[in-house]
This record gives sequence, C-alpha cells and structure tokens, in this order.
Amino acid sequence: MAITRETVLHVAKLARLELEDSEIDRMQKDLGNILEYVNSLAELDTSSVPETTQVAVVGAPLRPDQVVPSLSNEQALRGAPRSSAGGFAVPAFVEE
Amino acid sequence: MTDVLDLPIADQAGLVARGELSAVALTERALERIEAKRNLHAFLHVAREAALSTAHAVDQKRARGEQLGPLGGVPIAIKDALCTSDAPTTCASKILTRRAADGTGGSDPEHGFRPPYDATVVARLRAAGAVLVGKTNMDEFAMGSSGENSAFGPMRNPWDPTRTAGGSSGGSAAAVSAGLAAGALGSDTGGSIRQPAALCGIVGVKPTYGRVSRYGLVAFASSLDQVGPFARDARSAARLLEVISGVDTHDSTSANVPVGAYEAACGRPVKGLRIGIPEEYFGDGLDPGVASSVRAAIRALEEEGCTVHPVQLPHTRHGIATYYIVATAEASSNLARFDGVRFGLRMEPARADLQAMYGKTRNAGFGAEVKRRILLGTYVLSSGYYDAYYRKAQRVRTLIKQDFDRAFESVDAIAAPTSPSPAFKFGEKGDDPLAMYLADIYTLPASLAGIAGLSVPCGMLAANGAQPALPVGLQLLAPAFEEERLFTLASAVERLTSPGGPKLPPA
Repeated sequence: MAITRETVLHVAKLARLELEDSEIDRMQKDLGNILEYVNSLAELDTSSVPETTQVAVVGAPLRPDQVVPSLSNEQALRGAPRSSAGGFAVPAFVEE
Repeated sequence: MTDVLDLPIADQAGLVARGELSAVALTERALERIEAKRNLHAFLHVAREAALSTAHAVDQKRARGEQLGPLGGVPIAIKDALCTSDAPTTCASKILTRRAADGTGGSDPEHGFRPPYDATVVARLRAAGAVLVGKTNMDEFAMGSSGENSAFGPMRNPWDPTRTAGGSSGGSAAAVSAGLAAGALGSDTGGSIRQPAALCGIVGVKPTYGRVSRYGLVAFASSLDQVGPFARDARSAARLLEVISGVDTHDSTSANVPVGAYEAACGRPVKGLRIGIPEEYFGDGLDPGVASSVRAAIRALEEEGCTVHPVQLPHTRHGIATYYIVATAEASSNLARFDGVRFGLRMEPARADLQAMYGKTRNAGFGAEVKRRILLGTYVLSSGYYDAYYRKAQRVRTLIKQDFDRAFESVDAIAAPTSPSPAFKFGEKGDDPLAMYLADIYTLPASLAGIAGLSVPCGMLAANGAQPALPVGLQLLAPAFEEERLFTLASAVERLTSPGGPKLPPA
C-alpha cells in the first residue's frame, strides 16, 4: 500500500520526530511495504470476534492506601539534562 | 578439568556455599573471561567494582556462618533494558545517554542513564546473593532479531563470531553461551529470549505474561513484554525463574499465582505427557536441517513415553502482521517518554522552542528501526486508521489465543522449532525490515497469547558440512502458568539429545 510523503510527515509530527529529508523517502517506502503486508489481516472476518487488549491478568491487586517514601527531588532530577529551581528546565513554550 | 564457569548454577553456588571457592575468586574468573571475550561485544557495561564488592559481601556472610541465597556468589548478567541503581541503563539507545562532546547524539553506553531504583527482578537477584557482572548488549529498545539494531554495535555469536547471536536479548544469550556468566536475564516481547537462546545453543524461558514483574523493565510493548532467564541448562534456568517470579505490588499485571517448583520439575518422568505438533510451524521457510533436528528430538520424547498428536494453529501465519501492529502501537505510546526533559539525551534547537527540542532530540536519539516502529505505531493508532489496523489486530489476537486454547484441550504442551534457521550471518537479511520480521514467525504467536514458552538446544547443524556446526533450538509451549511442565520436558530433551551435558562453543 503506497503512502504519501505528506502522510509520513503528518505521522512524524504526531510522533515528534524531526526526520531528515533522506529519512523521509526511506520511511515512506518501508512503511508502505509493511502496511501492504499487514493488510493481509483484512482477509479474516473478525466482525464477531472480541478484542484482546490484555492477557492472563489475574486481577489487579490493590495496595494499602498508605503514604510511603518516594523519590527525593534530588534523585528525580539527577538524570535531567537541565534543571532549574528544583524542576526540569525546558525551552519557553508560552508567549510572554 | 572443567572450568568452574562451565558448571551449572547449583554447582557454582554449592562450591561457594561450602567454602571450596570464594565468591571473589569466582567473580574474578568471570571478569577475566569477560575481558578475554570482549570481541563478542556481549556487554555494554562491565560492573567490575560492584561485582567484586558484592562477591566480597557474600564471602563475609558465609564467614559469619549465615545461609547464602540460592544464587550466592554466582555471576549473573542483566539485559540493559532492566533498571539497575548502580549501573548505567541504556537499552542500547543513544537517547538514554548523555550528549557527546562534539554535539552529536551520545555514543558511549558508559555515559548512560542512571536509574534511581532497581527493577524488581534485579532486586530479587541481589537478595538471592547473585553477583551482577554487567549489563548486556541488545537491539535498541528490544526491537530486532539480530543485534544489528544496537546503537553501540552488534553482539556476536560465540559459535561463530561472523554470525548474529540473535535478538533482541543477544548479549545475554552470548554471555551465557560463552560462559561469561552462569545465567542472565533478558526480556521477550515477540521472541527476544527464545530466539537468541536457540541461536546460541542455550536454554531461554519466556514465562507466562504476569509470572514475572515488569517493574523496572524499560517498556516496549506492555501487553507482551515479559522478563525471563537464560542459562546453559534447564535446571539452572529453573533456579533463576524461581528467584525472579512472583507477584509485585509495583506491577499491577504481575499475577498472584503461586510460584512453581521449577527446579524440582526438572528430571521428572515425561511418560504420558501429550505433545502437540503444529503443522503450521513446519511449512515453507523452515530450514530442512532445523526441521529434522526438531523432529528427532520429538521422536526421542516419544520413545520416553510421551504421546505425539497433530494440532492446528490455523492463525499462525497472521501472527507477524498482528504483532507488528499491536507491538508498534504500544511502543509508540511507551517511547513518548523519551523527550529530552527528564533523562538522557537532549538536543537544543537554535531557537528556544519546545516542539523543536522534542523533534530534534528524538530524531537524534532513536535509531532507524525504532523510528520506523514509532511511525508505524503512530499511524495504526491515528484517527481514520485505528479500526482498520489496531482494532483489527486486537481481534486477530483473540483468534490466535483461541487457537492455543483449543490445542491445549487435547495436549499438555506444544513442540516446534524456535527459529526457522540457525544463526545467520550479519547483513544476511539485507536492509528490508520485513525480511527480519519473518524470522520471528514461530515465537510471536505465543507472545500474543501470553502463554509460557521455552527454547532448549536439541541438536547441532552443520549445513553442507559447514564448520563450525551451529545449535538448533526446540521451542516448547505450555498453557499459562504451566512452566513446571516446560522444565520437565526441557530437561528430558537435554538428557536425550545431549547426554554428556550442554554443548559448549569453541573456547
């Protein structure tokens, strides 16, 4: 199934991937081939088949509702590329 | 004389527990062999100091007369997808490393993300006395079947370093095969434990979904991911699985089902067990040498008193398409967390712009296959395509699961090849991603169904007299939480096909 360059760019934007030009051509070709392959599922009639989202889960246990220690501020920030004033620092995204 | 590193886990632990060998000496021996086998690129990080310090603590504990755990002093390797509080964790991805000095994406796994906590399975290994010798190489974010997707270069097969060790947990498999560690942990989303185990000639277990906690496993596809052990023999793998299994309050999908006596299940008689043979696993694309090796192992089980029955798994051929929709959809969501804000790589755009920072960081940090899967997953979940792809695949997943439910009404276990071929050469699959996906055809269905699976060596294959001969893996599948049965059968296969003990790769 052929997909357009615009579709690749749209999906890349949704996925927050700023692809290089050379990558876009390659992804367009690869995604087209993979989608053509997975389209084989269309031959199965699944109109009356329920969906499986999760398997073998034997009840999700509830833990006691107690306050327990969590990561300290310092630990949480330890891996941050940038931090400031006890928080994660990011480029400004609100117009002043 | 057998090198201590080539002994089963129980024997290594026994030597340490009886004081015949110190944990420090055993660890030093493992570190030496890791150094000697650097060409395999099995490790991204060798935890020399931490391992020696753990080993020293084990020796002191013994000196005080305290009981050592079931893995006391035994060297164990950990796939780099599992969080370790004292070692970098990169998933073999640049995005979990710091930016390189030249401004490009990170390239050194030693500068990887340092998690603030241990995965539950890692904590359980530590509590059992294991000496964690390092973090093993893998396909980036566990996406791949050959190791070629590691951002830091592939791991190599100890039987023939010009061939792949399999993937994605190829580093763990190579480490155990070469005796660099007595056991290792990997993760299996669509075959990432079973396939490298088969290609490296060792035992690899994909436990039932929910058998082992996923807390601290970097998520790829949350409804499929499962942590499991590698070892040279079934009994050693059983001991590891007993240690890491069990319900965990940190993982709501971990099952509150009693942990089996897996080690005790090894060596039990197999007489009377009903083995199903799915014809769909012996069709076109299967290497004839693999087929005859697998069939010979099944015949040997029959001679031991198992009964053999044909079973049908008619939706097998839809497994690949179903998997590559479900797994990529889940991956596109899970990998959204790698955004340059909280950990790992960050690429600053020329102009302060949050969206551009996300886009540049993710494009520089992820490799081609990871991007391909994120894009595919985003596409199948996107408005207008969700029903045709994602919902459709979830329904076919039901059909695949029902195939197994029906088969297990008349058999106790299923036997089939793990991989359609023995270890292949680097580059052999070209750069067509679909060709690589087809290599997973026999392992994906059991992952989608969430049942228990295991690969055990069943023979050696010298195709056209090629040397060295390469190992072949037999895949055994059982209903959910019936891992004991897998260990009983796997230990019988070992006894019948390799009575002198596990076959070891060239030193």
